[in-house]
Amino acid sequence: MTTPKRGIEGMMRTRALVAGLAAAILAATAAYADEGGPTPPREKWTFSGVFGTFDQAQLQRGFQVYREVCSSCHSLHYVRFRNLAEEGGPHFSASQVKALAAEYKVKDGPNDQGEMFERPGRPADKWPSPFPNDQAAAAANGGKAPPDLSLMAKARTFSRGGLWFVIDWLPFVGYTEQGPDYLHALLNGYKDSPPEGFQVPEGGHYNEYYPGHIIAMPKPLSDGQVTYPKGANGQPVVPETVDQYSRDVTAFLMWTAEPHLLARKELGLRAIIFLLVLAGLLYYVKKKIWSDVGGETHGLQPELHKTG
Amino acid sequence: MSAHATTYVPKSGIAKWFEARLPIIGLVHSSFIAFPIPRNLNYFWTFGAILIVMLASQIVTGVWLAMHYQPSASEAFNSVEHIMRDVNYGWLLRYMHANGASMFFIAVYVHMFRNLYYGSYKAPREVLYILGVIIYLLMMATAFLGYTLPWGQMSFWGATVITNILAAIPIVGDTIQSLLWGGYSVGNPTINRFFSLHYLLPFMIAGVVVLHVWALHVTGQNNPTGIPIKTGKDAVPFTPYATIKDVFAVVVFFVFFAYWIFLQPNYLGHADNYIPANPGVTPAHIVPEWYFLPFYAILRAVPDKLGGVILMFGAVIILAFAPWLDTSRVRSANYRPIYRQFFWVFIACCFLLGWLGAKPPEGGYVLAARVATFYYFAHFLLVMPLVGLFETPKPLPGSILESVTGPGKQVGASGMPAGAAAAPPTKG
Repeated sequence: MTTPKRGIEGMMRTRALVAGLAAAILAATAAYADEGGPTPPREKWTFSGVFGTFDQAQLQRGFQVYREVCSSCHSLHYVRFRNLAEEGGPHFSASQVKALAAEYKVKDGPNDQGEMFERPGRPADKWPSPFPNDQAAAAANGGKAPPDLSLMAKARTFSRGGLWFVIDWLPFVGYTEQGPDYLHALLNGYKDSPPEGFQVPEGGHYNEYYPGHIIAMPKPLSDGQVTYPKGANGQPVVPETVDQYSRDVTAFLMWTAEPHLLARKELGLRAIIFLLVLAGLLYYVKKKIWSDVGGETHGLQPELHKTG
Repeated sequence: MSAHATTYVPKSGIAKWFEARLPIIGLVHSSFIAFPIPRNLNYFWTFGAILIVMLASQIVTGVWLAMHYQPSASEAFNSVEHIMRDVNYGWLLRYMHANGASMFFIAVYVHMFRNLYYGSYKAPREVLYILGVIIYLLMMATAFLGYTLPWGQMSFWGATVITNILAAIPIVGDTIQSLLWGGYSVGNPTINRFFSLHYLLPFMIAGVVVLHVWALHVTGQNNPTGIPIKTGKDAVPFTPYATIKDVFAVVVFFVFFAYWIFLQPNYLGHADNYIPANPGVTPAHIVPEWYFLPFYAILRAVPDKLGGVILMFGAVIILAFAPWLDTSRVRSANYRPIYRQFFWVFIACCFLLGWLGAKPPEGGYVLAARVATFYYFAHFLLVMPLVGLFETPKPLPGSILESVTGPGKQVGASGMPAGAAAAPPTKG
């Protein structure tokens, strides 16, 4: 059906299209670069990719960072103590979680006398919020309530610009960890002295990666702030640095945002393999059936076909 | 339902008794078993079956989600997180439903572009085609309503932008807006209404789908040559030929669907929608879901609000006029050398509009959106009528059979190679 001449024409058309597309990507990328602000660097995460999983020890360390540092201002509204014992997460033991919950006082009630009372926390309780309500949180923090962190890893992103979105969803070559990368970059993005000519208002802090660069949260982490568990040699298993703390707490927040991530990928790979095998079998059934085409099909042929 | 007789012959006594009272088995038999389909259909013709499966999938997952979801401004976001965290396989239901909407639109766009390429909208299939445009409109309304329900930032602000757009309609605009809002802004009554309507519309879609399929079985399917079935040799019965091909295509499509559900469930959504709705904070960029982006680009390309609304709705409504705007006597673009080039430019134009819809409305983007909007309408109002008049189409094959086997060849009872039917030449 295809004459050689059309083949060449087609090839030339394809080439022109590819050239046009490349020019568009370049132009768009250039336009993005003009918008200013550095792009958060791309980090390696254990949970990224088709086969990515959470590192349980990292989630436990991340929880420790959250608990010792972040939790004094940031709530974790959608996480309950019992979640910390679940598989696919930090996976603390049930007794550890029970003991942990009991360390906290939880407001309950009203009781039979109609009074609210405090009791020790139970695994079924929500992670207690640092402030009783948003107004109190705002009042204690210079007018802006610190946001809840449960979904933070999914609720933040940045644009890579250009036409990367065309391939970013693909397995192995794609890139969809912008949320965690942004969190990690933000926690490492504090600068003691802003660039020349940049005025930081009272109560603000300069951060390279925060949109607009003025963030209300002061630099939350510093080296050596959290004491990690020691290994066999008496040294911490991972360095006690801001970079490591922020990696660990980001991984933990990825888990709080997507607690069923492991179950999802596991079931997904099985479902996809099953569907691929089924599709393969159906292909041969289809081929067999269509190998016997011919003869007359006497159906109901509408007269309307005579038009056109 | 159907005027023509059926070839179904009831065998058992019970079947005869039932068929004499309600001939529904005969109806199904003549529509999905004996129904003759052109033997040269390619895989673009499997998207109708894929769409029916997607509609069913959306309804089933949606009904299940509704058992756990709470349509209220204070609890909607929490109840979605409850589904994601505490309901058994709730994450699966929600990701299937959210990504299912995108898959539904991917399938419907392939279905529509196939229609436009092979001229399936032309006589005698105008009514069948217009029913399709109605389904598309209902799908868009359903998808918009559904996207507001998680009550995240993009839900809330998307609802605000779209309901404000409707207020631009002369005379009735304000009334429509207050009816949708149920108050003076988007709020608790709005989410209740939207949930109710979001539950209603899919069943209306299902109703129009029945009409769409009915109309299809009156006129029969178009095919890559665009010429009708002339003899029984041009056709094969729906079952087993179309059924097995459709089932295979649906399973392949589900591999794609499963990839999104399980491995990229949030790629097609917006990060902002994981922030609870806050009427006091406007997101930096309010952007609709990807499948609305071309229309959003058209809306913003027009400096005047009402003009933008008219062009945005006009861009969908104009589809319904294609059967009369296209003057060509030949259906399939395979035999229309000039129109075929224009068709691909039109596809490129739609993609360009989609890309522009996601960009901020400033500078060169606006100019590009205006040019693309002009071209979008020019395709229907200038290209379709004029090319049909001046173009010399390539000679059509004598019959569908001839297009498959080549001219002058006679085919025996099973003398056709399997590959030829499975992947008939479509690109000419």
